[in-house]
Amino acid sequence: MDSIISAASVIAAGLSIGLAAIGPGIGQGNAAGQAVEGIARQPEAENKIRGTLLLSLAFMEALTIYGLVVALALLFANPFNS
Amino acid sequence: MYPDNFYSSTFTLLAEAEVGKHFYWNIAGFLVHGQVLLVIWFVAAVLFTLSILGTRDTNRIPHGWQNFMESAIDFITDIAKNQLGESFYKEWIPYIGTLFLFIFGCNWAGAIIPWKLIELPEGELAAPTNDINTTVALALMTSFAYFYAGLSKKGLGYFKRYVNPIPLLLPINILEDFTKPLSLSFRLFGNVLADELTITVLTGLVPLVIPLPIMLLGLFAGSVQALIFSTLAAAYIAEALE
Repeated sequence: MDSIISAASVIAAGLSIGLAAIGPGIGQGNAAGQAVEGIARQPEAENKIRGTLLLSLAFMEALTIYGLVVALALLFANPFNS
Repeated sequence: MYPDNFYSSTFTLLAEAEVGKHFYWNIAGFLVHGQVLLVIWFVAAVLFTLSILGTRDTNRIPHGWQNFMESAIDFITDIAKNQLGESFYKEWIPYIGTLFLFIFGCNWAGAIIPWKLIELPEGELAAPTNDINTTVALALMTSFAYFYAGLSKKGLGYFKRYVNPIPLLLPINILEDFTKPLSLSFRLFGNVLADELTITVLTGLVPLVIPLPIMLLGLFAGSVQALIFSTLAAAYIAEALE
């Protein structure tokens, strides 16, 4: 395989995860902060808040996972690897 | 040039993920991934055995396995009822429940059972959901399910929702039908594979003790992903029904 292509693929794989982690990171931070605030205000609702928080965190995590899938495709199933 | 697999030289017995290597079976001209089918059959057998144990000599007062299975059914019923509402949830419990139990079983089977002890000629036994074919099949089934739900309830009037609220949104509404299965399948596939890769890389670095919390996290993530997949499937069906 062409070494330029492999170098570019490896860099792109790193970037695709790194960039995809930014948005969900901000989102998860916001969600967790709001959840803590909600629990502090209303401790008896803790269980319900925790369940919803975990579910929504997993949704946000999925966005990073899409980046991971792209990275894996670049590393292991590279379409340009003729 | 590329790593064929993440090879951890010290402790390959318990965790090694091979990406892109499969144990091919040639069935009627089609190449199938045998290692996935084997684990799927195992999971199906476990679920089948559990349901037989749960329904053998049922009593008014549940005990033993019946107790366990009834609480599982209650959990599934809650998922369906929360999304679909009182009037529709009953007929969709089997579908949602099958999705949840199957994905849950697959994720946990991959995480708990030391499949590495069984040698295959090529590829390795792992969670079936770390193969994108499995998750795409599940996601496409969900697509067909919500189309069936909408068409059987409203007939051809179901397609009116594509021009709702304004016809301008038609392309976006059509696009949504493709992005739904795409995101469903990628989410499950990526999460399961990411767990296995994390464990493999960590095991390669530090073989003892350190990967354990990550393995526990993998168990947790596996159950959450099963919950999310079934919740989303129920939500899509509910959207088509409303």
